[in-house]
Amino acid sequence: MTSVPAGALAGNAPPPGPGPGSAPAPLLRRILLQGKYETVTMLRNGEQLILAIVLPLLAMVGLTVTPLLDGLGSSRINVAVPGILALCAMSTAFTGQGISTGFDRRYGVLRFLSTTPLGRTGLIAGKVLAVLAVLFLQVLVVSAVALMLGWQPDPLGWLPGLALLVLGAASFTALGLLVAGTVRPEATLAITNLLWILLGALGGIVIPAERLPAPAQAVVHFLPSGALGQALRDAFLDGTVNAGAVIVLLLWTAVAGGAATRWFKWN
Amino acid sequence: MPALDGKMLRVVSGLSLCAERGQVTALLGANGAGKTTTIECAQGLQKRTAGSISLLGQDPDTAGAGLRARVGVMLQDGGLPPSARPIPLLRHIAGMYQDPWPVDELITRLGIDAFSRTSVRRLSGGQKQRLALAAALVGNPEVLFLDEPSAGLDPQSRQMVFELISELRNRGMGIILTTHLMDDAQRLADYVYIIDAGRNVAEGTVAQLLAHQLPAGAGEQHIRTLLFETRPGLDFTDVLPDGVVVTEARAGSYAATGALTPSDLAALTAWWAARGIMPSSLSLEARSLEDVFLDISGREIR
Repeated sequence: MTSVPAGALAGNAPPPGPGPGSAPAPLLRRILLQGKYETVTMLRNGEQLILAIVLPLLAMVGLTVTPLLDGLGSSRINVAVPGILALCAMSTAFTGQGISTGFDRRYGVLRFLSTTPLGRTGLIAGKVLAVLAVLFLQVLVVSAVALMLGWQPDPLGWLPGLALLVLGAASFTALGLLVAGTVRPEATLAITNLLWILLGALGGIVIPAERLPAPAQAVVHFLPSGALGQALRDAFLDGTVNAGAVIVLLLWTAVAGGAATRWFKWN
Repeated sequence: MPALDGKMLRVVSGLSLCAERGQVTALLGANGAGKTTTIECAQGLQKRTAGSISLLGQDPDTAGAGLRARVGVMLQDGGLPPSARPIPLLRHIAGMYQDPWPVDELITRLGIDAFSRTSVRRLSGGQKQRLALAAALVGNPEVLFLDEPSAGLDPQSRQMVFELISELRNRGMGIILTTHLMDDAQRLADYVYIIDAGRNVAEGTVAQLLAHQLPAGAGEQHIRTLLFETRPGLDFTDVLPDGVVVTEARAGSYAATGALTPSDLAALTAWWAARGIMPSSLSLEARSLEDVFLDISGREIR
């Protein structure tokens, strides 16, 4: 056995190896780092960008050139935009985040990261942060395009509207984690994409309950999609807070979050 | 085992073991023997249902980021995101630590610069293993867990990884590795636990294990096996010393194992010459850990 030349391991730096240096970075820094990393990963994923930005923008344009929403508010665009913002929250928090978490679980990424100082709680916090960061960018882009198309939101709607988006993102994140943590990633992919289409079309999110078939009208108010869509329309059209919808969203967040905590499988 | 003054890992769950600082401890066993389960309990990835584990004096199930920062883990499946590129990934993980191992040094040391622009999903098995090892080391840990570290490594990478592991051990890192490759354990480990069906069936230094089931006094060094084929049913008890065990596995196929000396060989060949016996084959081998393992855990495939 030949001896190893001095410095081969560490160049000219102090020799690495066990020592007092093995300490975690502060909690907040770990979470911010993970949030940034997941945000960049999401934004670099083409399929997720289509789901997060392109499809909602197409839906918005579609709703302004068809008479589907006529008679529900002051203008087509005013009725359409709150639902599109709700759709953005569902894209990112439920479908996008669910799929990426499902595959991270398959590849052991969740297990590996949970052995680092980040840990399981830091990992979840980082994902929530990334969802909020991407949602913020979506709101910026959608609002900018909508304003160009003549959107006139009630100024009193912004504060409750943004708070509702965060609450909606929380319930959809909990639901996405529940799916991603309990079934295979291929099933997560199918379930979250299918639900995005079904809830997007019939879940009361972009098309208000009164324009849906009668059987759907009865249930959409109790779905997170219908509750978020209606609450955002009430906020941006009238500047009011829909307390019933807020309660529905809080319940979904609590139930799905509890179920995910209970049943999420890390491997 | 020597006293460990609290700096140890002990797993008790049908099996009991400890690993010390400055040593490579190997868990050796066939696929499905329970090696990965055992170390995943120690890493806090699986919750044990019974028994106790102490890792650097703490319970991994309840310990926080402070303990995780002192422990590096290389998982069997790597656990790296497929879309990531090696260097940004290592820098990201390094950010989780107060005083990480400088990423540039790790990259050079493990030859990662050769594939630094390739995404994880396009890396070869050996490249992935090296990156996973770098990811386990970037926090500059005191304890390092390696689950099947040489899986998929080509001979050059294996040499690189083994040299690094030996150096880290010499610097005082406590290294626990699982492997089903006898050669890994033989080359790297200071202390070996042979695991079978969730229990430890044998333990010791490599030398101790190689002397396993040999008569007392055979010593731990220079254990050799002389294999030869000749006429069946011969008795060598008067020819070879007590320390050498002769077995006839098949009729006429002999194996003499022990601390064989040149005079033993001379005595044996003289005995043959006196009787006009010419072996049809004759070879001398070092007794391998593989033989010990198969002796202990049986030769049937499961």
